[in-house]
Amino acid sequence: MSERTLFIDGSRCIGCQACVQACAECDTHRGRPMIHLETIRRRDSVQTAPQVCMHCEDPICARVCPADAIKKTSDGVVQSSLKPRCIGCSNCVLACPFGVPKYFAEIDQMMKCDLCYDRTSVGKMPMCATVCPSGAITFATPEEIGRTRKGTPVNRWHFGREEVRTKVYAMAPPGRDLIQVTTGRTPTDRTDVAAMLEPESLLNRHL
Amino acid sequence: MMAKLPLPHATLVERFGPHPSHVPPGGWTAIGEPDRIVKTHCCFCGQQCGIQLKVKNERVVGFEPWEEFPFNRGKLCPKGVKRYMQDEHPDRLRSPLERVEGEGFREIPWDQALDRAAREIRRIQGAYGNDAFAVLSGSSLTNEKAYLMGKFARVVLRTANIDYNGRLCMVSAAAASKKVFGIDRSANPWSDIPKADVVLVAGANIGECAPITTDYLWEARERGAKLILLDPRMTPVARTVDLFIPVRPGGDIGVFNGMLHVMLERGWIDRKFIAERTSGWEEVEAAIRKYTPEYAGKIAGVPPKLIVKAAELWGPARTSFLLHSRGIEHHSKGVENCLAAINLVLATGRIGREGCGYAMITGQGNGQGGREHGQKCDQLPGARDIENPDHRRHVADVWGVSEASLPHKGLTYVEIIEAIHAGRIKGLFLICTNPLVSLPHRTFVREALERLEFFIAVDFFLSETAQHADVVLPGSLMEEDEGTTTNVEGRVILHRKAVEPPSGARVDWRIVCDLADRLGAGEKFRFRSPRDIFEELRLASKGGIADYHGITWEKIERMHGVFWPCPSPDHTGTPRLYEGGRFAHPDGKAHFHAVEWRPAAEEPDEEYPIILTTGRVVAHYLSGSQTRRIGGLVEQATQPTCEMHPRLAEKLGIGDGDFVRVESRRGALTVRAQVVTTIRPDTVFVPYHWPNDRAANNCTIRALDPVSRIPEYKVCAVRIRRVERPDDETASLPPEAGGVR
Repeated sequence: MSERTLFIDGSRCIGCQACVQACAECDTHRGRPMIHLETIRRRDSVQTAPQVCMHCEDPICARVCPADAIKKTSDGVVQSSLKPRCIGCSNCVLACPFGVPKYFAEIDQMMKCDLCYDRTSVGKMPMCATVCPSGAITFATPEEIGRTRKGTPVNRWHFGREEVRTKVYAMAPPGRDLIQVTTGRTPTDRTDVAAMLEPESLLNRHL
Repeated sequence: MMAKLPLPHATLVERFGPHPSHVPPGGWTAIGEPDRIVKTHCCFCGQQCGIQLKVKNERVVGFEPWEEFPFNRGKLCPKGVKRYMQDEHPDRLRSPLERVEGEGFREIPWDQALDRAAREIRRIQGAYGNDAFAVLSGSSLTNEKAYLMGKFARVVLRTANIDYNGRLCMVSAAAASKKVFGIDRSANPWSDIPKADVVLVAGANIGECAPITTDYLWEARERGAKLILLDPRMTPVARTVDLFIPVRPGGDIGVFNGMLHVMLERGWIDRKFIAERTSGWEEVEAAIRKYTPEYAGKIAGVPPKLIVKAAELWGPARTSFLLHSRGIEHHSKGVENCLAAINLVLATGRIGREGCGYAMITGQGNGQGGREHGQKCDQLPGARDIENPDHRRHVADVWGVSEASLPHKGLTYVEIIEAIHAGRIKGLFLICTNPLVSLPHRTFVREALERLEFFIAVDFFLSETAQHADVVLPGSLMEEDEGTTTNVEGRVILHRKAVEPPSGARVDWRIVCDLADRLGAGEKFRFRSPRDIFEELRLASKGGIADYHGITWEKIERMHGVFWPCPSPDHTGTPRLYEGGRFAHPDGKAHFHAVEWRPAAEEPDEEYPIILTTGRVVAHYLSGSQTRRIGGLVEQATQPTCEMHPRLAEKLGIGDGDFVRVESRRGALTVRAQVVTTIRPDTVFVPYHWPNDRAANNCTIRALDPVSRIPEYKVCAVRIRRVERPDDETASLPPEAGGVR
């Protein structure tokens, strides 16, 4: 059996923030969540997406760190900055393609998701994956995911021409082996309830 | 007139909160290794998730997921994660309080408070009769406490007028389920949901109000199931379902009857099951004849093709599961909405076996158990009927009183408030409910409270309603006592005590027993623990519909909960009802009910052209008396907004974030607009967890279902205009106290 890792399935996310609230409870970052819960575009959709550290195979945050404060463990977990080394420059915050590291001015240090190293190193699941009520964040082996999910786990990302490979997987529609990240507007008409109701005679007649 | 606020609301808020608590007791650094970890359940909604509480120095300092508990397997929503912050909360009441005009509340000793409460109960009942003193209780109480409240009202006060806040929540579903099946309980364990080939969710914002159920739906989908969802708003779960039907509030019967019409036409009806196991089909068949997709679509306010598509998904499926919740139940035709939905289950015969079933999603923590054991005006313990002589005799015997001494059916929750308003009820004992936020037509409720001659409130925080009390008795949280609740599946589970209540507060059941003692009925309330109460409840429920006789606390621990009915000690409980098509009516059959659509009590018109519908958000629980005191949850959902479609916003000249005044014939509220395409353009939505001028229930209508007496929270007519930043009395307060940001 291969090792367990995180699988993120955006189609399952309900935006409840259980992950955010539970992450903030951690003894090591007390009250500060390391996970991000993105509201994609509330005007047009209720879509939300959790963003954990994807734990890149060749982490850009570590590459751009002038103080060599970001280390990767032998099992592929990219850790928070080392307090004695971090100079608070925020290079990592700007460079991360997933927008994960956070700079905390009050402690003058970058902190980020470290896959709950205190929990995973003793066989527990990360807190976000344990509490997530929708299974949008799951900690499992690729075999378990293959058995129980219809989508395909993908850990290759293209940002323009740059390829990034990550320890954490995202669930994609079957058949995909790579996620191309593009910027620009997402089509929104499909989530417009009014469009689903056409013709308008279905609305109450006093409007 | 005693029950007016002794001081302005803002002054009371300064002392009693809500003040959001942001850090665990003692601060983050004080946690470290806990002294013990207590396996228990969440205090909030009907999912009743298993959770472990960390205790250090006799304070609840954090939580740890409980992955072995089978219902939620460690999963939690944000409310569950943060619930531990209440036990040491600075707003906790730590002494009985007495109202002093112009001064607010004065701390008094327990004896003095209980003596005064007993004296006033005696005085009012002596002067105006027993029924002039009412009890309002709640479904966040354990089974033991719910049982105790019923016994207290019937044996000590001998008032008919006890009802509970499940009247605002589960009663439409309950009444429908009883009419059709003869039992008021979800028919299946949740483990049947992922085994269904099609799941229909009607009027349930599962992602926010029953978050743990989300994974069960997605598991079904991973297996290939099709999901159909009815809601006027695109909710988080609705975003990715196979068929989302944006039904007009109150138009659900159009969808249900229209689906059945198509299913009948296409032959997707189980004629054999209908003939052998049901009654009443002929009337249904006649009633749905006119519900062609076109006619049904007009009623539902959706294109006919959506109804046809729903029938095509639901009709021919091999297995199926129907879930419904307040969205179809909070109507003056709430029971009929449920009956029409259940007809879809019965007509296909898909019930009582693996992957085939039906469930109502309970809202409150003990939404199921809280309605079974006697705090409902028409029931005695074991879901017994208070007007059935045999049922009355059984319970009277357990209680050691004469059957004749038991009061008969009393008024329901809203009717009790109306009787107070009309001066027929003069005194009130209130526990575990906050009608000034949760009842419709808030001005009317406030007027009623102000007319009480004497008002006793038991609460752990001074809720908006308790601010009106003459005597406040400080009670306990779930984690400060032990007892059972019954979850959404009908699974009876055990809440374990993590810590003692704060010094000065008492466990609720002790307060009730002490009061019973002072009113001369102490010998019937000699309980030493909640377990003693449960042992009596077992006997009182024995032979009833909700039969707990075979359930023991040990069995609950051993089996991770026991599903009722569990009639004997060797019985292992009943996770799935109606196996083999055997239903609980004397004829053994399920009873169809033909349903005809009718309009809501107040439909939009020229003057009030927009539909207001109300509901919950994921970060808050019910009236918010608890969750508006928890920092993380307050930050997640700080204040209510009025969701509206851009087409409506444009027509009204309203931009996203503008302040809007939402007005009905009964009242108004001022909140910020949230302009989104995820709602019908003829409907706006405001969540109801906030008080004062931010209360959605300022506008809602006091129209009741004729059978269940549930209020019509989901439809009333409003008009909306853009306004400047409000400067009402509470606008400058923190948002958790009713202010605006």
